[in-house]
Amino acid sequence: MPSPLYLAAVVALAGAITLALRAAPFVILSRLRSSDLVAYLGRHLPAGVMLILVVYLLRDLPVDRPLLTLRELVPVLVTIAVHLWRRNALLSMAAGTAVYAVALAVVPA
Amino acid sequence: MTGRSWPGDLRAAAADVAGIGAGMFLLGTSFGLLVVGSGLAWWWAPIFSGVVFAGSMEFLLVALAVAGTALAAVAVTTLLVNGRHVFYGLSFPLHRIPGRLGRAYAVFALIDEAYALATTRPDTVLSGRRILWSQVLLQVCWISGSTLGALTGDTFALRVPALDFVFTALFVVLATEAVVAGREAIGPLLAVAGALVARLVAPDEMLLVAMGLFVAVLLVRYRRTRRESADA
Repeated sequence: MPSPLYLAAVVALAGAITLALRAAPFVILSRLRSSDLVAYLGRHLPAGVMLILVVYLLRDLPVDRPLLTLRELVPVLVTIAVHLWRRNALLSMAAGTAVYAVALAVVPA
Repeated sequence: MTGRSWPGDLRAAAADVAGIGAGMFLLGTSFGLLVVGSGLAWWWAPIFSGVVFAGSMEFLLVALAVAGTALAAVAVTTLLVNGRHVFYGLSFPLHRIPGRLGRAYAVFALIDEAYALATTRPDTVLSGRRILWSQVLLQVCWISGSTLGALTGDTFALRVPALDFVFTALFVVLATEAVVAGREAIGPLLAVAGALVARLVAPDEMLLVAMGLFVAVLLVRYRRTRRESADA
């Protein structure tokens, strides 16, 4: 269980960095707008970062137990499929979560 | 234009955010349930939502905090996950928001949804006050949703294992959107490969190593495209 002090530090740190990122373009607007590197990162960073996070969230997949691995992966694939089909974030998440609920019932740990 | 009075702006903003606000309220509830389900006290939910106010990052912060992640890794992850916000400021109409305090709040509360609302409608329709109100209402939806979820989870000792997946699904959706918008496959493939390498080589510092590898790869690719365009 994390200590309150550590949690407060996590909140303060993440809050400060998020605010700095949101304020940065207004403070150094012109330099950011003309930077090729910023434009390049803006185009190529988001997809990779999000994918890394998905892999991170699935990092403890029990790869030595195929059925349990499938139980975790199938809802992910359903979420992607529904999202590519309807492009509605809430619908995709609801569909994936519903499939996960069924998968938990069908394949107990 | 919907009048110059503030109740008129508030009403207009309420109509603007109705759909998105309901979605944020629901997502907030599952965030609150996650906070309590992760073993944190319920009141951390409104603190996260009030201070950080970046939905997807908050889910991730709870996971990182419960895993006892080093603060340096928390900082780098926040920087990269919320890095996209740097680009919002380039087109958000901050000059139309009234007052210094109003502008300060508008920057603090510049979440994805607020950016989308403020930049997808013509200037003549959206007054600065209406944008500001919509940001306030979105945060009210998010904080009340997460507090309600946390209190419900706390009071009824509610543990819904299937809801753990909401968090994964959120990032799966964000990744799908970003990959489709990026219109290239090599970058995303390199990111996944780097993440798998990091998982095998440095399981305890997986995020930091994976993000570091990916940024390094992007910088190398950037330099190469620059050199190629200079040669051409």
